[in-house]
Amino acid sequence: MPPIIEVRDLAKTYASGTVALTGVTLDIREGEILALLGPNGAGKTTFISILCGLVTPTGGHAAVGGHDIARDYRAARTLIGLVPQEIAVEPFETVMNTVRFSRGLHGRARDDAHLEQVLRSLTLWDKRDARLNELSGGMKRRVLIAKALSHGPRVLFLDEPTAGVDVTLRREMWAVVRDLRASGVTVILTTHYLEEAEEMADRIGIIDRGRLLLLEDKARLMHEFGRKRLTVELTDPLAALPDSLAGHGLTLSENGLRVSYDYDTRADRSGIARLLAGFAEEGIGVRDLETEQSSLEEVFLRLVEEGA
Amino acid sequence: MNGRAVKTIFDHEMARFWRTPWESLASPVVSTVLYFVVFGAAIGGRIPSVEGVSYGAFIVPGLIMLTVLQQSIANASFGIFFPKFAGTMYEILAAPMSFIEVVAGYVGAAALKSIIIAVVIHLTAMVFVDLPMAHPVWALGFLTLTAVSFSLFGFLMGLWAKDWQQLQFIPLMVVTPLVFLGGAFYSASMLPPFWQGVAHLNPVLYLISGFRWAYFGMADVPVGLSLAAVTVFLALGLTAVWAIFRTGWRLRA
Repeated sequence: MPPIIEVRDLAKTYASGTVALTGVTLDIREGEILALLGPNGAGKTTFISILCGLVTPTGGHAAVGGHDIARDYRAARTLIGLVPQEIAVEPFETVMNTVRFSRGLHGRARDDAHLEQVLRSLTLWDKRDARLNELSGGMKRRVLIAKALSHGPRVLFLDEPTAGVDVTLRREMWAVVRDLRASGVTVILTTHYLEEAEEMADRIGIIDRGRLLLLEDKARLMHEFGRKRLTVELTDPLAALPDSLAGHGLTLSENGLRVSYDYDTRADRSGIARLLAGFAEEGIGVRDLETEQSSLEEVFLRLVEEGA
Repeated sequence: MNGRAVKTIFDHEMARFWRTPWESLASPVVSTVLYFVVFGAAIGGRIPSVEGVSYGAFIVPGLIMLTVLQQSIANASFGIFFPKFAGTMYEILAAPMSFIEVVAGYVGAAALKSIIIAVVIHLTAMVFVDLPMAHPVWALGFLTLTAVSFSLFGFLMGLWAKDWQQLQFIPLMVVTPLVFLGGAFYSASMLPPFWQGVAHLNPVLYLISGFRWAYFGMADVPVGLSLAAVTVFLALGLTAVWAIFRTGWRLRA
């Protein structure tokens, strides 16, 4: 199946001289949830803005559904829904009217039955006649999603969808996104919350300083880049680590009962067997073993540091 | 051509007009009545007629032009400035529509609002004075071309403005003086020769003169010149919009 979005050498330097993107190339598969992670100013929003037509690229090209975003922008944009980072709504408009407006802008005939379905899925149906300035921040964010879905897009861009949203609403948003994926919509979201990417994404892209540092299946990313920590619980406390174990980079806890050992899952040998043999040789009794996978946050920070 | 999108913007703008009927329609009517009281009754009583037309009737075309220019600029500039201000511009930019279509939606609605207000003022004036119309088709033509041209200028101003003060600046500082000095309330022939020369440098004089000719068959300048002037305004507006379309000025980074 051809990718729903193809991006080749996409670059953007703003008139001020700020370099926001430098030669980003990637394919996005239809139906997946792709999370773009990156620190502030990494270029995530610029990337989304170019694909949606808000920003003109200074290099490279991109296509959505096989339609070039510049030459064939009408066909490309028809496939796209965008939920911006800022909560921006017309304050005096009603929910239903603003969603109808968005659908009309995409050249679609009025279809209130479809809009009812969209509003119900976002638990907004009861608020359809409410003015937008009467809604809470979370509700407004849902309205933005409803607007983006009003014309039935195949690709939905969510720029920081849960920024400033409480935990309950964040989980509800995740459920909405999962439902969208289940209905076949491709979702590209940017986020600061690593937990969000870890929770939802099929693939994760890490952007920093305008470069795509990595694009990987989440599970593989966790596997390949994850460090693990082995904690060995001892039967008797140690005053100090014996010299023969010095080469392993171990850390002894203050009470002398736990020894920690960090290892890389990508390495040919984890070193665990050698370590445990060393314990046996020194006559150190082992009560228990515990391993801990590093979180995506640690993976992310490490990649960004390495890329710097 | 995304005709449905153009209609969506057009309907959205017109809905705002009808949602606030007092601001949209009553205000221009009240202003017109006030002008009639001040200029028609108080001052006009001392000016029996201007070139055979009663003074009360004489000021009607100028009064309509004054309102059309102000309303066209105000409506179109507000129409495009508000999404910029509210942050909803992203939606317009991400829509599968060309810039020309966006302009057609906003400018079309702004121009129609002005034309509706012009008709209402005309009907209000008929309550006060006898209002003949020598060339109704020309009157509608001048009105439409002027409303569209100045709605285009308003749209450009709305794009240019970065805050509400800038949005008010040109209508207050440029348009209103030009209309008042463009013969809205007098014939240029009533001025001393030197000031007549100065008045002829004012482009708005040509619009008012042409529109007045459509009412009474009399004009400060030949009607061909008036037509040329309004065409130049339209061409300037279209050229500026085209330039923005090419460069994305104040729209796309």
